[in-house]
Amino acid sequence: MTVSPLRWLCACGLWLILAVAQPLQAQPATIPADAATRLAEDGFSATEAAIGLIAASGAPHAVAALEAMADRRLLFWKDPARAIWRDAAGASFDLLTGEAVASPPAGASLVRVNNRLRGAIQAALGTLTLLSPDPQRRLRAAEAVLRSRDQAALADVETALARETVARVRVALLEARAALILTGTTADRPTREGAIATLVDVADTTALTVLRQVLPTADATLKPVIEAGIASIERTMAIRDVAQTVWFGLSLGSVLLLAAIGLAITFGVMGVINMAHGEMVMIGAYVTFVVQEVIRTHAPHLFDWSLPIAIPLAFVCAGAVGIAIERGIIRFLYGRPLETLLATFGVSLVLQQAIRTWFGPTNREVGAPSYMSGFFEVWGLQITYGRLWILVFTLVVFACLLLVLRATPLGLQMRAVTQNRRMASAMGIRTRFVDAMTFGLGSGIAGIAGVALSQIDNVSPNLGQSYIIDSFMVVVFGGVGNLWGTLVAAFTLGIANKVLEPFAGAVLGKILILILLILFIQKRPRGLFALKGRAVEQ
Amino acid sequence: MSLSRRHFLGTAAAGAASLAASRVSFAQGAPIKIGILHSLSGTMAISETTLKDVMLMLIEDQNRKGGVLGRRLEAVVADPASNWPLFAEKARELISRDQVSAVFGCWTSVSRKSVLPVFKELNNILFYPVQYEGEESERNVFYTGAAPNQQAIPAVDYLMSKDGGEAKRWVLAGTDYVYPRTTNKILEAYLLSKGVAPADIMINYTPFGHSDWQTIVADIKRFGSAGKKTAVVSTINGDANVPFYKELGNQGIKATDIPVVAFSVGEEELAGIDTKPLVGHLAAWNYFQSVKNPANEAFIKRWQEFTRNPRRVTNDPMEAHYIGFNMWVKAVEKAGTFDPDKVIDALPGITAPNLTGGVSEMLPNHHITKPVLIGEVRDDGQFDVVWQTSGLVPGDAWSKHLEGSKDLIGDWVTRKCGNFNTVTNRCGS
Repeated sequence: MTVSPLRWLCACGLWLILAVAQPLQAQPATIPADAATRLAEDGFSATEAAIGLIAASGAPHAVAALEAMADRRLLFWKDPARAIWRDAAGASFDLLTGEAVASPPAGASLVRVNNRLRGAIQAALGTLTLLSPDPQRRLRAAEAVLRSRDQAALADVETALARETVARVRVALLEARAALILTGTTADRPTREGAIATLVDVADTTALTVLRQVLPTADATLKPVIEAGIASIERTMAIRDVAQTVWFGLSLGSVLLLAAIGLAITFGVMGVINMAHGEMVMIGAYVTFVVQEVIRTHAPHLFDWSLPIAIPLAFVCAGAVGIAIERGIIRFLYGRPLETLLATFGVSLVLQQAIRTWFGPTNREVGAPSYMSGFFEVWGLQITYGRLWILVFTLVVFACLLLVLRATPLGLQMRAVTQNRRMASAMGIRTRFVDAMTFGLGSGIAGIAGVALSQIDNVSPNLGQSYIIDSFMVVVFGGVGNLWGTLVAAFTLGIANKVLEPFAGAVLGKILILILLILFIQKRPRGLFALKGRAVEQ
Repeated sequence: MSLSRRHFLGTAAAGAASLAASRVSFAQGAPIKIGILHSLSGTMAISETTLKDVMLMLIEDQNRKGGVLGRRLEAVVADPASNWPLFAEKARELISRDQVSAVFGCWTSVSRKSVLPVFKELNNILFYPVQYEGEESERNVFYTGAAPNQQAIPAVDYLMSKDGGEAKRWVLAGTDYVYPRTTNKILEAYLLSKGVAPADIMINYTPFGHSDWQTIVADIKRFGSAGKKTAVVSTINGDANVPFYKELGNQGIKATDIPVVAFSVGEEELAGIDTKPLVGHLAAWNYFQSVKNPANEAFIKRWQEFTRNPRRVTNDPMEAHYIGFNMWVKAVEKAGTFDPDKVIDALPGITAPNLTGGVSEMLPNHHITKPVLIGEVRDDGQFDVVWQTSGLVPGDAWSKHLEGSKDLIGDWVTRKCGNFNTVTNRCGS
């Protein structure tokens, strides 16, 4: 084999160029000084230009600088134009060179960002971090590219896809690639069809958005394919909507059950119309707030434990208040429901105002521990951790309560007293003590409910009021005196509410539920699961 | 240097004398009473208690400056307990029994409507500090909060602009009562006039204190997936906001995808939420605590000192009371009397500095001129002002975008009429 001199020369030249280019590439690139000048102009359009310059510079510290800008950690000076960013620890770095700055001069202003710029930063970061070693970051990058549809990222997406091993990131990358192919102009027809198929497989709202967006401008032959794709995704989503409604209903039901479960004891088992029930829930929520405040100031590392710590404390506090109410007021009013209603309503106002005086009328911030925030996806359904844990927690509380009533001496005595007070008394049961304990148990459970509800609602003096009507509704619907009835009623009402809401709207939905409930009570005055026997008739 | 005892005593006496002199000596006569009609208990206490405190602070400061017309001011606080009929009763008590010269109060529109007949009958002054739905101009009421054209319309304009993200699809979400319903009616008419298709507007109402937002937030998400930039305009009131924003965060709706602009969420409301997931969502007001200028900084400092809480925040309705109170003081000085009837006539044309660096003026329709600011939520619960009107916007009592109200004007100076029809040239529509 002979090698022509020309070819040899060419190869040689290429090698030479590469050899020269290699060290040039290794030299860390800097961000052009123009970026600092644009930042110093302090206008949103100028800042957007600076973002473009930083992103295009290829400097290794561009990602850190852009992240700092999004987090409001990027500072600038006007004359001369200069910019530095601070990292999370507070150390300063020069924007242009990325070198650490020991003591930055005073007089800096913060680079202001708005939504448009934040979007631009995310898009730029997405393109820059597609090949990051951290899978979480790659996932975020893929999502950012999907959102920005930055055509320049297509090559990087292909590279990232080729080496991606994490399934979740791979799906996100595939979707991003499909979106880029479809919104771009270069791809041929089979590639586009493949992209449409990918999006139909993913079948989420973003996929639908992309398809709907490209439909008007697509060429006539591709239109039917896209339309079929949209129809297919819509079909999948319709089924998913049903599942989502059921989940939302279960979640709402669990909140209703949690709020009502204490009332099922005080009202359901004892027959006391306790209007101050909501305030027991509120006390539980405020106990959570106090626990978190103490933890924040004294032991911040225990923050994730704040809820488990608050649960027993809330039970004890609300239970103690409940026992005090029972001993101080309600025991004089047994058998007089109207007076009990008025007296406990008065108590509820007193408790609200007391909390308002001590803690102030404004909302108190109760934070969510790490395991309560965020969501995960199952088959395209978003399940938020907070809601899931509340559902699990509710079921656990319910099971415990059932166990207490069925398997403990106190539970036995409670049932005996409520079924036949005089007989129970004759058997040597201290009925007054049992009354107080029962009321305390119901109130304590309401307090526990408050711990969970503090995660999804306002912690304000009005917290209890919003749950009292719903709680009575659940207990009456389920059948007074029957825990299982309360469980079924809460989930039925929750799901019915969520089924009606999309059609009728939240306001009308609630009215419809109440009308249905009234009709139901007309037909079955004792609720879903009526107690039977002589005790009921008394 | 040694200080002789006599010298020391002399200095001390002189100091005491000068202290006594600097203490304001008030002219003869009983103090002038100012009524404060804000709920300190019940649902609205969450918002209104702050306004009671800010009024107490303003009155205290005015007394330090020598009162008004040489007379000391005295606050009379009434608690209408978030109970609308009680507002009317307490207003009557303040005016008839306590003989107040003016009342600063009310938050909800329904409470304002409930006290209105009392103020008309007994001819007294009400300063109303909250943004409201408009469509009203009464001789006895001075509206220092924003009318829809000073809050809602500019906010929508911003979202339509390039900086705001050029929104093409709109969700109007509100609590089911008069303010959101009227505001949304105005906004819908405005959006349609701007060429937005009816299919691109989704209107949703929820009951007071709504706490389960899962379905609605999921609906908003779906509505936003039509391939057009979507924005949410929220007139959700009070307590329902916290679970709404929590759910937005939970379902991962970011401000860069679907921004939410709120008209009832300020620094005070955000104090109860972790704002990290909300960064970038918007609020439209005429004042933000984060506005940088000396008057505002002094006000914040004084407020935190007054409440003995260095973390207390300020908000828009507080600024409205600040402006309203200073206008009342100037009007009394101009009229030379505390007689409400004379002060009412003196008020239009009065100017008072606001806390955003401008000077607000009381207009003949009893609304004031204000700047409109759009703020983005920061992770520390404050707002970054991202846009503001170039000048002050005069408040319209009657919306220009609604049939039946666009021909009306309020003019208590020349026409002595709150709803003068400029087409038929008659008072009373």
